[in-house]
Amino acid sequence: MHLAYPAVLAVLLFCTGLYGVLARRNAILVLMSVELMLNAVNLNLVAFDVWLRDTLHAGQALTLFTIAIAAAEIGIGLAIVLLVHRNRGTADVDRLRDLADPPPAGTPAADDSVTAPTDNGADQATPVRRQTA
Amino acid sequence: MSSAHALAAATGRELAGHGLAAAGHGFLSPTGVEIAFLLVGLATLGAAVVTVTTKQLVHAALWLVVTLGGLAVEYLLLTAEFIAWVQVLIYVGSVVVLLLFGLMLTKAPIGRSPDADSGNRPAALAVAIAAAAALVWVVVDAFRTTWIDLDKGVQGATAVTGDSLFRHWVLPFEALSVLLLAALVGAIVLSRKRGGTSGDKSATNSGKEKR
Repeated sequence: MHLAYPAVLAVLLFCTGLYGVLARRNAILVLMSVELMLNAVNLNLVAFDVWLRDTLHAGQALTLFTIAIAAAEIGIGLAIVLLVHRNRGTADVDRLRDLADPPPAGTPAADDSVTAPTDNGADQATPVRRQTA
Repeated sequence: MSSAHALAAATGRELAGHGLAAAGHGFLSPTGVEIAFLLVGLATLGAAVVTVTTKQLVHAALWLVVTLGGLAVEYLLLTAEFIAWVQVLIYVGSVVVLLLFGLMLTKAPIGRSPDADSGNRPAALAVAIAAAAALVWVVVDAFRTTWIDLDKGVQGATAVTGDSLFRHWVLPFEALSVLLLAALVGAIVLSRKRGGTSGDKSATNSGKEKR
């Protein structure tokens, strides 16, 4: 088999996942796109392991490790997303703007003025601090 | 046609130069395994594209099943049997189920949700297409003359993989099991309902969600 087939498929899957990570709004869909990127890396590892006939089977062992780490990542990620949803009532990544720079004083953006009370309100800040303590 | 012959001759010369054997391969004469890989790869890629573009959140998770199952078939075609079944077990069996549970618990809307994509979608599309073009160009240029020899036996049989995993990779394996345990404990601690100091907004919120 030509090595370019699995390599190109892995590249295209990775870029699909990249698009999903950048374009999706729901945090769980972002996690799905991260899974796509991890799977592209796994396909590369397996293909190069089979190509090189590695006697240590490093590619396949690392693929197993990547799959296990992906399982751990999805567990922790979903726990964090559920916690954020419980505290904020939303799982949209572009509405979590606590670390964003405040808009310039002269020209407040329209959507910031809408989302600021729900995100940065005083009643919401207390439970968040309590959860991280 | 003559250019194809010249290309094949050039590939043959480069192959001889690289010493990678397999001089009998034609550049544009795919074998059966390659055709199967290509077809399954097209289905996998299509399902992945639908996963990241569909407006229905639950359908995205279900298309992710198709993508991961297609990748398992690709592993089988690459003679990595054990990885294929681990892929089916872990990804299709548990990760997608976890994602579906997450979608349910965050009250994802059933049906079309018009705001599934954020505002930076054109920028994301530009970045993805630029990355895909650059990577495909580099990868195809780099591996134009390399072939995987699939006839020299199964590389990823369960016995072989287990043997190497528990002979050469025992220490990373054990470290990974500790990492999994830590992740499990962390997930439980994160998603546990805080008892005792109830009465603030967070506790009432979590009580309403039956978690």
